[in-house]
Parts: sequence; structure tokens; C-alpha cells
Amino acid sequence: MTQRAYADAPHHDETSYVAIWGALCALLGVSVLGPMVGVRFLTLITAFGIAIVKAYLVCRYFMHLNVEKKWVAYILGFMLALMLVFFGGVAPDVSRPEGLRWQKTYVEPATPGGER
Amino acid sequence: MEVPTGRLAMWWVLASETVVFGGLLGSYVMMRLRHGAWADQAANTNTWAGAFNTLVLLTSSLSAVLAHQAAERADGPKAARLLRYTILGGGVFLMVKAFEWTHEIKEGLTITSSLFWSFYYTAAGLHAAHVVAGMVIMFIVSLTAARNEELHRVENVGIYWHFVDVVWIFLFPLLYIAK
Repeated sequence: MTQRAYADAPHHDETSYVAIWGALCALLGVSVLGPMVGVRFLTLITAFGIAIVKAYLVCRYFMHLNVEKKWVAYILGFMLALMLVFFGGVAPDVSRPEGLRWQKTYVEPATPGGER
Repeated sequence: MEVPTGRLAMWWVLASETVVFGGLLGSYVMMRLRHGAWADQAANTNTWAGAFNTLVLLTSSLSAVLAHQAAERADGPKAARLLRYTILGGGVFLMVKAFEWTHEIKEGLTITSSLFWSFYYTAAGLHAAHVVAGMVIMFIVSLTAARNEELHRVENVGIYWHFVDVVWIFLFPLLYIAK
């Protein structure tokens, strides 16, 4: 690709990137402070819900998936779907303590240094 | 307009990386749900260090996307300068990680301490290896960009860096917040 052709590619407003970065930082603040309330449901929402929103913002605006060819998002989505198939297929067995000819014997050891 | 070959290759790389990190994080979640004791183990990770590193990576992503914008405007020297800021961000991230790991290992929390710490060092270590790779590639790209050559590479390496950022966005709550 020539430099001229590359320079002719669609441009994005610089201030919008800084604004998105500001939003990401604000979300980071919420994800750190939210769990300090000590409510389990709120921790899950603020930690993992906000992580999904942050990842969406980075993918959409910084990686430009909003203006990229649709099939690129489909490829990435397909890979995520494969991950879900893996999770759905394996998790039921992982969560069981024993089966027909096996038993889980692993016990998580105590923390050496104690809680900070 | 068709997707340029270099960018297409980068998307395929990231598709395979999605499976690598997705499998690792999926396995972590499975085990985490099974072992309630992991909450006690996770209590030893330093939330503020993790949060600071998240801020560093988000900021380095900003400089990477601004480098891409400068490249679009055919301003190679500015793109190269912004890429070097991004490399600096990667360096700060690794230094904080080194500080954390030194502290944790001194406390006896090593990769063989328990299943949680095994996952912790594997996931964070694999991610750190990607940060190092990104820094090296970005440095090489910045050399050509400074001469106003091969500016499309700035976007490709930027996409990679944003992916590394996205992986950390999920690692942070899993390793540092879910206690």
C-alpha cells in the first residue's frame, strides 16, 4: 500500500480517542471501588460487567472493529463461541467431586503468607 | 476496500490468540468456581498494583491509537514518537509486575504453591511475554515509521497491542478483584 493511499484511509477525531480513554479510566475506578462495598452481587457487576464494557470500548474504537469488515468480527466471535463450547463441555465434569471410576483428591493448600 | 494482507494476518493471529487466552481464562473460571479457597489465595494479590497496571496499559493503548492516527495522516515521525511512548508504557507495566512477583515470591507464593498461584503465574506470565513481544515489534516498526516508511505497520502493531490490553482487562478482575 502506498503512503498516500494509507493517508487516504478513514480518519478518526483525536478528541474522541482521549474521551474514550477518559471513560475507560472512569470505568477502571468504578471496578476497583465497587468491590470495596463488600456486596458480592455488586462485586460481580462492577468487576466483570465493567470489564466487558471496557473490552467493548477498546475493540470498537481503538481496534476500529466498528469500521472493519463485518467478517473480521465474525471470526473473532466464532473463536469466542469455541471457547464457550469448551467451557460448556468441560465445566460440568470439573465441578463434580467424583465419577464412576474416579475421585478428586486435590485439596487447595493453606496460603503460606497468610492474608495481607 | 479489501482488508490489506498485513492487517488480515494480524486478525488471524488474534483469532488464534483468542483461543489460547480464552482456554486459559475459561479453565481458571472453572477451577475458581469449584475451589472457594481461591478467594483466600487471591487476597494476597496487590489490587492497587493491578489497577495501576491497568491504567498504564489503557494509556499505552491511547498512545498506540494516536500513533495509528498520525500514520493515517502520513506523519511518520509523530507515529514513531507515540509508539515509543507505548513501549515506555509496556516497560512500566513490566517493572510493576516484577515488583509484584518479587514481593510474592519472597512471601513463599510461587508457581508451585497451589493451583491458584500456578494459574496466576501462568496467565500473568503468558500475558507479560506478549507485552515483551509487542514492545520489540513496536520498536522495529517505529524505526521504519520515523523514516515515513511502511506506515500501515503502525496500525497492525497497534491492533496487537490493543488485544494485549483487552486480555489484561479480563485478567485484572479475575486475579485481583474476585476475592
